Parts: sequence; C-alpha cells; structure tokens
Amino acid sequence: MTKPVLATTSLAGCFGCHMSFLDIDERILELIDLVEFNKSPVDDIKTFTKQCDIGLIEGGCCNSENIEVLKDFRKNCNILVSVGECAIMGGLPALRNGISIKECLEEAYLDGPTVKANTEKIMPNDEELPMLLDMVYPCHEIVKIDYFLPGCPPRADLIWNALVALVTGDELKMPYEVVKFD
Amino acid sequence: MRENILSIIEKYQKDHRRLMDILIAIQDTYRHIPDEAVDILADQLDLSKVDVEQTISFYHFLSREPVGKYAIYLNDSAVANISGRAEVVQAFEEELGISFNNVTADGLIGMWDTADIGMNDQEPAALINGAVFTKLTPKKVKNLVAGIKAGKDIPDLVTEIGEEVNGPAALSTMVTNNIRQKGAILFSDDYEVGQALKQAIAQTPEEIVTEVKQSNLRGRGGAGFPAGLKWDFCRQSGGDEVYLICNADEGEPGTFKDRVILTELPKLLFEGMAIAGYAIGAKQGIVYLRYEYRYMQAYLESILQELRDQNFLGKNIAGKAGFDFDIRIQLGAGAYVCGEETALIESLEGKRGEPRNRPPFPVQRGYLDKPTVVNNVETLCSVVQVILEGAEWFKSFGTSESAGTKLLSLSGDCKNPGIYAVEWGVTVQKLIRRAGATNVQAVQIGGPSGMCIGPDQFNRQLAFEDLATGGSLIFIGEERDLLGDFVVNFMDFFIDESCGSCAPCRSLNVILRNKLLKILDGKGTNQDIDELYKWAGVGRVTNRCGLGQTAANPILSTIENFRHLYEDLVETNENFVSTFDLKDSVAESNAAVDREFVLPHKTR
Repeated sequence: MTKPVLATTSLAGCFGCHMSFLDIDERILELIDLVEFNKSPVDDIKTFTKQCDIGLIEGGCCNSENIEVLKDFRKNCNILVSVGECAIMGGLPALRNGISIKECLEEAYLDGPTVKANTEKIMPNDEELPMLLDMVYPCHEIVKIDYFLPGCPPRADLIWNALVALVTGDELKMPYEVVKFD
Repeated sequence: MRENILSIIEKYQKDHRRLMDILIAIQDTYRHIPDEAVDILADQLDLSKVDVEQTISFYHFLSREPVGKYAIYLNDSAVANISGRAEVVQAFEEELGISFNNVTADGLIGMWDTADIGMNDQEPAALINGAVFTKLTPKKVKNLVAGIKAGKDIPDLVTEIGEEVNGPAALSTMVTNNIRQKGAILFSDDYEVGQALKQAIAQTPEEIVTEVKQSNLRGRGGAGFPAGLKWDFCRQSGGDEVYLICNADEGEPGTFKDRVILTELPKLLFEGMAIAGYAIGAKQGIVYLRYEYRYMQAYLESILQELRDQNFLGKNIAGKAGFDFDIRIQLGAGAYVCGEETALIESLEGKRGEPRNRPPFPVQRGYLDKPTVVNNVETLCSVVQVILEGAEWFKSFGTSESAGTKLLSLSGDCKNPGIYAVEWGVTVQKLIRRAGATNVQAVQIGGPSGMCIGPDQFNRQLAFEDLATGGSLIFIGEERDLLGDFVVNFMDFFIDESCGSCAPCRSLNVILRNKLLKILDGKGTNQDIDELYKWAGVGRVTNRCGLGQTAANPILSTIENFRHLYEDLVETNENFVSTFDLKDSVAESNAAVDREFVLPHKTR
C-alpha cells in the first residue's frame, strides 16, 4: 500500500507550529514510515507534484500570496487542517485588524518613531511583493477547512496524535494535557 | 444645582439604597446626570464615584449626556418594525433634521431607539418623557413634533385617549387595554376588594401557605416555580425581617399582560400582596415597576392610598392586631435583565442589575440579605382567588401540572391583538383562530427567550408540561422574513440587554448574531449552520442567569424547527470557497502604496 501523502505550509504564521511539529523527537523516524511528504518546508518541495491526502496549514491569510497558496492547498489536498491559533482565528497578526491597513503602512514606513532612513518616503510597492489584505483572515473564511488543532502552538503530541488518527482512522487521543493551554 | 440635588438626596433620607430613585429624579430635572451630581452623590451617600457611575451606565433611561428636553424613546422590537416603524422613524428624522440616537442642536428634542416598551398590541409606540404614544403614523409624528416645537406640555400632546381607566378619570393615556377574553380567575365579575384578605387573616399564615401549596399555583413569570413552596422556603429561613417583592418588570418583548393587570386590577394585585405578606410574615412589600410603565405610577400610588384609607394596608390591617404591611413602588430605569429576580434585588438596592450567584436563593438571602419572596404580578393576583374559592376550585381549571388560568399577550400578524385569559392547556391552533391570525408561518411562544414553532406543532398545548410561557405569543405571517426580521432583532435585543457579567453571554451572542448575518448574506455553509447550533447550546450551561441561558433560543429553536430556511441560504458545495473577494480586500493597501491590482499573483 502506498503511504498517505502530506503537505504543509506556513502562511501568516511564525513557523512556531512547524517547530512544534518537529518536537515529536524520535517519532520523526516513525513519521517517515507513516507518510510521504510533498509540498512542504520540511522537504523543501516548492510546488505540488501530485494530489495529497492531508494538508496542514499554519498561519492565517494576510496577503494575496497566502490566499493563492491556501486555495492551491484546497485544490491539491483531500483534507485540510488548520494548525494553531493564527490559522484558526488570525492569531497575533490579526491584532492589526482594528487598525486600517493604510494606517499600519504609514506607521511602519513613514511615521513610526524608529523610521529614520526612509527619507524619500517610499512605501514598498514592487509587483514582486504580495499585496496586503485589509485584514488578516482565518483560513476557514477563505476555503473549507476540515479540522482544527488549537494551541499556540499546538503541542507536538496533539499534532502527532491527530496525524496518526487521520492516517490510521483510529480515534484521536486527546488527553487533557495536550489541549490545556496555560 | 447643588441645593436642588441635596434636597433630592434628603427626600430619600440620604439612603444609598435608594440611588435609583435619586438618579431618576436628577435625570428628570436635568435631562441627564451631570458630573457635579455624581460628585455630590458619591460624597453624600458615602459611595465611590465609580459606584454611582456604574449604576448610571447600566440603565437605558439614565444618561451622562443630555437626552433632550423632550426625549423620544421609540420602541424597536420586531413587531414595531412590521407595524410601520421605518416610516415613523423617517417622519421623525425629516421633521427634526437629525438622525435617530441624537439630540437637536438646541437640546429640545432627542430621539432614541429603545427595547420593547410593552405595547406590542399597539405599535409603533414611543415614550416621550414617560408618556406613551401609540399606533404612531407619519401624520401623528408631524403633529407631535409641531406640538413640541410650540412648547406644549406632554399631557397636551396626548390627543387620543384610551378606554375606562386609561381615560381622563385616571390615566389619561393613549394606551388601550384590548382585553379580548376574560377568565374566571383574574377577571371575576364579583370581585370585591378586601374579602379575600379578611378571609386570610381569619386563618393562620401556615394555613394560607398550605392552601396555596395545595392549589398548585405556579409562578406566572415564566419559570413556573410553585408559589406555595417558595413561600414555605422563605418562612423556613426565619428571621424577623422578611420582604415581599412584586416583579412588575415585564420586559420580555411581546409581553404586556402585567400592564393590563396593573391598569385594570391594581387592587387585586395589592390585596394578593397583602395576603402573601401575611403568609410569609413580611412587613414591607415592594412593587418593582418597569420604567416604561411609569405613566401608571401616580395612579398606582393613589390606589395604594385608597387601600390604606380602608385599612387594607398599613397597621393592624383589617382589625388584625399586629398585622402590619405596606407597599411602596420602586421604579426601574430600563433593563430587561432586572426581570431576573436576583438582578431585580440588586437594582432595588441601588446597584447595577447584575444577577447574583444562586444559591443562596432570595428566599434565603434576598433584599438587604434578608429572606425575600419575589412573585410575578399575575401570580399574586391568582392568590386572591385561591383564598376566596379554595385550592380545589382553582385546580378545576387547567391541566394536571398547570392549574388555573393564564393571561396571554397576543400580538404580531393577527386581527385582534390583545389580552386573552385562557385556561392552561389551550392549543396554539385555538389561539391563532381567536386572534384572527391567518397564513401563520410561525408562532413565537414566550417571547424571544422562548421558542419559535411552525404549523406542524400548532396542536401543542400551552402548559408547563408542554409549551411553557410567561405569557406571550407573537404570530408571524407567511410574508415575513423570519430569520431577517425576527431572529436578528431578537439577537440584537439580547446583545443590548446582556449585563456583561458572563463571557459567553457578552461575546458568544455577538458571534452567533454575526454568523447568522453571514448566512443571511449568502456567505454561509452547512458547517456554519451546524456550528451555530452547537455553539448556541453553550450559553445554556455556561451563563449565570436566565437571560444568558436562553439568549440563543431564537437561533436554536429556528434551526430546530425551520432548518430549511437556513439551508436555502447556504452554499452546499463541500469544497465551497467563500465569497471572499481578493480585489476588494487589497484595494485599500494598493491605494496606500500606489500600485495596480494584478491577478494572478504567482505562487512560489
């Protein structure tokens, strides 16, 4: 039997969820037996080369590239999982949602107390750069998300247990320790 | 100002527990609570400034900003909306040149949205400086505004006058009673004030409690707790200081039965209170009257005086040595949650109307931490007939678990809105017929906090064992948008009226309302419906009081009974991609940095 194929990405996140994923320690050896990786920072495959079974999404959507990647994941993965608070509800980046994006940009590039060098008052607008969204959106407001793993980041055990449950079809083990957040 | 405020404080014996009365008096005089008044109150009543401020901020009819010499509070309930409220709003705004929730530049007139004012049978209705103006039309609005601008006093603005008690002899109000069906218990023809009281004091208090227990009289406010048992618990708490409170804070949108009882049968109510006072050993009774009904306050005071003159209230009542009992009226200031008995007690003590944790229950520790019975207006009225005619007679009405009759407020899409006294056990179908409602899509039972049922359930009975209700049915016609016109309005109501103490009530209801709006906007999925239903259930177990526990009912019961209305609105494609629009959402940032929108952006 071929192994299930896994893809992962970090959108508007800090890679903390990926780091937590790597916290599975020696189980990383089991992981290799369990799944095959496709597009993911873990193996550095940049584009999908085949249809995947599971996509793990870290981070919400703050720019046009995030939207494209997320839609791409929805198209290429049978199951999508929002991993961590940013994917689930925008998280820390969404703190800017109460402030207009124009104000954010001006503060960052023109008016902020630490802005010294930008004497020509340039705002980055190269077409190579992703366009910023008016707000940071949780992933499920853009595409359908099948499962949600809460935490900032979710514990390695939670990610691991969820992945094993998805692959094996067994019930997800969720002892209190892996879903308490303080 | 200082002298005036000091004299108001003096009038209430510098008692901080009478803060509500003091604030209402100040609000009446200055049309707001000025900063200076807050300072004086804090100083004189030995409170912190924050204590005073938090009480002010809690109540709808108390304000730190001037509300206008003439303050127009226009009801914004769902039934007002379907009765032509929008045209009335437009007329007001055109006549005054300002939008709602503002005051004219000269400070003369302020217009404010307000939650249900208990006039669902005669909407659109408004309160202007405490007086009620019903069945408003753009034409009436024009005349009203002209009258106000001409400097007329409020009584001179009242052009139509209701029947009998509502007429010039007593209330001189535009309110009409609309009693469509009388029943044996509340509207008995041979009722004579004092008869039941004399009969009661010939027996021991224990005997009265036993009689009421045997009658199976259950609380008429909605929860249906056995009245006799409540009295018994209170007696068991002991102590020499016991209070009886009549809950006349009828705030559930669509309910107006207590308004009619207070208008038509105040003596029956006060006699019931005296009997209850005798049974539980209370010397003082308090009627907590919702602010919206303050047009009745002077009239009710005069009835109380009449009863005192007849020795049915006061000292050694009806010649019974040692039986002292009197009643005072406490005005609320606009807060739905104060209908919850522990919130009501907090409010009576001059505080924010935040529900208390229970236990201890009020019968253990209530008003001023003393054992307290809080009964609904209608419950106390029923007591009189129980004493006069006996428990067995009372039980001959209604069903096995719901003895007696129930006063119902019927309104909405029907020919004959008004008050109906029916026996418990009556079917919804029968009431639809009597009210002259046709093409009924849904019936909202017991107000927004109750439930919404469709035609397949119209054969159900109104009774505690089937459909329990505090006394209202709203008929919703086929032509209405049930979710958009009613459910959203009901959710907005609960969001406004939440005291904010429990997080699930404070925030979850907002989330639920927004999710509902998302679905109504065509952006929802089946998953949204499922989540809405699942989350709505959370409030039932995580909030402290009845408001929070039932606030999601408009959504819960319409998903249960009208799921197809939701399903018609959502996208069913499992891989649904939302209506999120990339071009729209980057427009602002692109404009800020001066760049063009290009699609698609290549993914790396």
